[in-house]
Amino acid sequence: MSENLAVKQAEEGTSKRDKLVKIIGSMLDKVEKAGSLTRESIFQELKDLKKVIEDSRREIGIARPGDIRTKDIPTATDELDAVVEATAQATATIMDACDAIQTAAGEIGGDQANRINDEIMKIFEACSFQDITGQRITKVVKTLKNIEERVGHLISLLGDKAANAGEEEDKRVGDAKLLNGPQLPPKAVSQDEIDKLLAELDGQ
Amino acid sequence: MSVNKNINILIVDDYTTMLRIIKNLLKQLGFNNVDEATDGTAALEKIKAKEYGLVISDWNMEPMTGLELLKQVRASEAAFKNVPFIMVTAESKTENVVAAKQAGVNNYIVKPFNAETLKTKIASVLGEF
Repeated sequence: MSENLAVKQAEEGTSKRDKLVKIIGSMLDKVEKAGSLTRESIFQELKDLKKVIEDSRREIGIARPGDIRTKDIPTATDELDAVVEATAQATATIMDACDAIQTAAGEIGGDQANRINDEIMKIFEACSFQDITGQRITKVVKTLKNIEERVGHLISLLGDKAANAGEEEDKRVGDAKLLNGPQLPPKAVSQDEIDKLLAELDGQ
Repeated sequence: MSVNKNINILIVDDYTTMLRIIKNLLKQLGFNNVDEATDGTAALEKIKAKEYGLVISDWNMEPMTGLELLKQVRASEAAFKNVPFIMVTAESKTENVVAAKQAGVNNYIVKPFNAETLKTKIASVLGEF
């Protein structure tokens, strides 16, 4: 969301709150001064009130909190889990290679082996990044789940219909529409499947 | 006092990467009797079953944290009550260090760390290399 849009939305929100307070104030005033209380005036005030509430619900719905809870946040947490998994696998592979080099260095012996070993130890030390980044990502995932829970609470207040007003369409066009980043392991198409597909396309 | 490199060491961490790194660093320092556990509960079982000369444990683990493991070890009446215990963790706030110290930790290493730091901390607990 651009800064200008956020400012505009904040201003609109304040304006709606002011309007709501004004309508309720006016109603209370009329109730207090029984002389100015007419059926028409109450009806008009209630109508205005209803409109402000409905506008607010619709605008919250446009933000699609339902999608935030069921699609956006789960996608973000799945992607982060995949990052942790991928870095763990890559780190294990690096350490396997280090073990093999250490073994080979041990067979060579002498100063050269010691020098290789010292450098291998630095690689091992550096591999601890996986633990640190994993912990940081886990913290982010927990925060996202907390937001998901709060959005769920908002949806329960709004009702499912208001929470998902209007269909959100993919506005990307051309090449941009094809760029979705790396697929998560369960959804990813394997190289074998791609080769098979290419062979099928070649055969057409 | 000189360090005895034949002692049994237990390393506890829920990240296999970190277990492997510490085990390798210990091997480079000359310690070959190293066991592993992935949380405090599993570690406590091992500590009850075997005599260890040093425990090196992470803090942030489930279901039992490293701090809880330390507290249970120190609260025990068994012989392992005074086993040297080094916390190796990314938790670096002052209150964490204070809580670990109050629970009876012998030394505290903040991740990420290098072989030299590990060596220095082990030496401060077990004696010079």
